[in-house]
Amino acid sequence: MSTVFIALQANEDTRPIIDAIVQDNPTATVNRQPAMVKIDVPGSMTIKRETIEEHIGRAYDLQELQINLITLSGNVDEDEDSFTLRWNS
Amino acid sequence: MQIDLRTVSIKQQRNTFDHLARRFGDKPASRYQEGSYDIQATENLHYRPTWDPDQLIYDASITKIVMADWYALKDPRQYFYNNYTLARARQQETAEANFSFVESRGLADMLPDELKQIALDVLVPLRHAAWGANMNNSFISGYGYAAIFTQACMFHAMDNLGIAQYLSRLGLLLGDQEALTEGKTAWLDDEAWQPMRRYIEDCLVVRDPFELFVAQNVALDGLLYPLVYERIVDGYLSAKGASAVAMLCQFMNDWFDETRKWVDAVMKVAAAESEHNRAILQEWTEKWSGRAAAAMLPVVRKALGADADEVVGEEVAAFKARLKKVGVDI
Amino acid sequence: MDMQVAKKKLSLKEKYKLLTRDLGWDTTYHTKDEVFPYVQYEGIKIHDWDKWEDPFRLTMDSYWKYQAEKERKFYAIIDAHAQNNGHLNITDARYLSALKIFLQAISPGEYAAGKGFARMGREFPGVGTQVACQMQSIDEIRHAQTQIHALSNYNKFYNGFHAFADARDRMWYCTLPRSFFDDALSSGPFEFMIAIGFSFEYVLTNLLFVPFMSGAAYNGDMATVTFGFSAQSDEARHMTLGLECIKFMLEQDPANLPIVQGWIDKWFWRGFRLLGVVGTMMDYMLPKRVMSWREAWNIYGVENGGALFRDLARYGIRPPKGWDDAEKGIDHMSHQFMLALYQYNFGTAFHSWIPSEDEMEWLSKKYPETFDKYYRPRWAHLSKLKAAGTPFANMGLAKLCQTCQIPTVFTEPDDPTSICQRETEYKGEKYHFCSDGCQHIFENEPEKYIQAWLPMQQLFQAPINGDLGAWMNWVSLIPGKDNGDFDGSEDERNFAAWRQQATSNQ
Ligand SMILES: [Fe+2]
Ligand SMILES: [Fe+2]
Ligand SMILES: [Zn+2]
Repeated sequence: MSTVFIALQANEDTRPIIDAIVQDNPTATVNRQPAMVKIDVPGSMTIKRETIEEHIGRAYDLQELQINLITLSGNVDEDEDSFTLRWNS
Repeated sequence: MQIDLRTVSIKQQRNTFDHLARRFGDKPASRYQEGSYDIQATENLHYRPTWDPDQLIYDASITKIVMADWYALKDPRQYFYNNYTLARARQQETAEANFSFVESRGLADMLPDELKQIALDVLVPLRHAAWGANMNNSFISGYGYAAIFTQACMFHAMDNLGIAQYLSRLGLLLGDQEALTEGKTAWLDDEAWQPMRRYIEDCLVVRDPFELFVAQNVALDGLLYPLVYERIVDGYLSAKGASAVAMLCQFMNDWFDETRKWVDAVMKVAAAESEHNRAILQEWTEKWSGRAAAAMLPVVRKALGADADEVVGEEVAAFKARLKKVGVDI
Repeated sequence: MDMQVAKKKLSLKEKYKLLTRDLGWDTTYHTKDEVFPYVQYEGIKIHDWDKWEDPFRLTMDSYWKYQAEKERKFYAIIDAHAQNNGHLNITDARYLSALKIFLQAISPGEYAAGKGFARMGREFPGVGTQVACQMQSIDEIRHAQTQIHALSNYNKFYNGFHAFADARDRMWYCTLPRSFFDDALSSGPFEFMIAIGFSFEYVLTNLLFVPFMSGAAYNGDMATVTFGFSAQSDEARHMTLGLECIKFMLEQDPANLPIVQGWIDKWFWRGFRLLGVVGTMMDYMLPKRVMSWREAWNIYGVENGGALFRDLARYGIRPPKGWDDAEKGIDHMSHQFMLALYQYNFGTAFHSWIPSEDEMEWLSKKYPETFDKYYRPRWAHLSKLKAAGTPFANMGLAKLCQTCQIPTVFTEPDDPTSICQRETEYKGEKYHFCSDGCQHIFENEPEKYIQAWLPMQQLFQAPINGDLGAWMNWVSLIPGKDNGDFDGSEDERNFAAWRQQATSNQ
């Protein structure tokens, strides 16, 4: 199965987001590299607005991900509640 | 080990990049200068475009305007990506506050029906005109010459899109999705809108980037913004008690005020370059502004009725006076 | 007054549709062909532009808001970096060579991409596609500018940065990225999308920005990390646009498949050749290394690229033609490139050097099959010449590949001991190539590639007429400052003295 990933800048803003992603995607592997964190998940990954909100304690717009996003891989599907990356293979 | 490096005083080797020292002397350059001057390739272009082998990839000769140095077309606002984006983000915050003020207080529903209808009739179809403006500025940016000019056109294109989106939101707020549907039908079929749509579509086939600049940014916007936002929205509608509409249009008003300084500066420098340029700019401005005035008239009539001729006439005179100041006498 | 009926809140998708897609209309005063004259001639068939999917539904309000936030962060960091002499925090002044290459070779490409996307923002007949291209256009202007601004302070203290604008148009190694971007800009709109949106964004930028920028962080360069990651956050949008565009073409008409496949083959190879520079930066120019070029390739090339092509297989797409040759070259290319740069370093506006014993250890660990066998002996030989006071300089003129414009320094895919050279005769002229990939690209479009500007030939024409000094003047290269071995350079001396000043009490 192909792996999808997302990489975020390593900073205070992203720490709870990473926790939320790991919580929603139990098969995630977290790679910490200088200044960045890359999260790999086999097949597909879903990032949920609600979970991030639980972790940061305020309303969150998934488009805010843009600010700290470094890169990603997979087909993107986004609406207001979730952000999904998926390979169809 | 963390070293305090601030205290080290070391000698700089040079003030700036070579190409900027050649232009401005050996002194520190501004971020605007660093980000804008000479950043487009000029020499040893590799291949001719397959989409038009008569052109070069970057080709100053696809317009009739001739400039010894296209980087003379400086933006008086000195916008590069950073200060442009920060300025718009601030304006966007104000616009957002205005929209939520109108929305949260139910001001849209308090508008007299007649005024609301005028606002919808005049403003909503303009979202399509703004989209046309966006495509035109994207074109000028894509095929114009020299970053100093073309980056400002790209910023302008994104502004045009932003305006199209504010107008769409205004339509949704005042009249829901039906307002957008009706506005589009009017844009496509209502006779009063056809000269305007024809104007935009004629612009879409102009492939001289500087002529397109004149047609869109000088002539059309030079009449449309004063007529619609100053005379109809701020003047007529506000005076009758529909100042909520003016709040929703604040971005457009501020924007025109700001961007006309850039448009004027471009025209002024291009016209001052040579009599050849001045003659062409006069011809284009005359041709396009005449058509723009004719296209605006039936639109203005929707709000001002019989007064429309007089108001358009006044704004045409003001437009001519404005252009005269930059050396284009029509 | 009636209670107002609460308006139904629009979903992101609905809102985007109304605020963006719905702005367009079918023109009636001019035909579609007149308004969009360039979308036919490449042979791509599109039946319904409305089928275009927008992956990131950004409206201008959110665009301005989020981009402004990125910008504020970025400039705060580079301002502090400049004020605090942040350049003295880098691990070693050799690292600067990577930044010099970046500014001379990559940043101008960002600008070119921006120009191309402004054109695409006008030429495609679908609002969703146009808006995505337009946003990419100003993003790319942003990248060119943030890079110049981040590196501007380095230019004040170190050599080799000052003439990047001249180098872009005249320097022999800059014609490699220049010819890549010129090739894309001279192509039709659909091919441009494959060239930049797919090849450059999806295949290259991960390799360019992610491991290399992480390496910059590791080497104490906060200014570069910041522009790198800040740019890459936009690239995530760009990559997705590239991928959507490929899927869209393939879904619209089965007849598009062979055309698209041809472009994927071509632009993969074009991109791969360009990556040789990045591999060299990673393996040789980061004093502290995060990962080797090979490791980066495994993650972003093999794994990620593999996933992409498996995904596209449902449309009939196969991995690019040069994929196997690329894999065979990975363990060789950075070494071959660095050896070439070192031999021609009298003609580069950055320094190169013979790797230290330590570094060779690292290289042999990372390249167990190739480094000790093929490249350590060559570095040892160059070391010996240098120690004897007769450092090797290759004054012979390199044969340039007519397509990718790299000197023919790469070896045969199946024989690392012989240089790969190909030749094609076209209209009575002989043209040289570095590889099968480049030869095929030429043979598919000879009329395009015979136009290539070849810097080595320029050397013998007016105003240079074969005079090396005149050439240096023409490319604004200051001999003894910008070029040559790092060992003994002004950058080395200054950096050491300034660091010394910073760490002692005077
Ligand atoms: Fe970029
Ligand atoms: Fe990009
Ligand atoms: Zn080649």
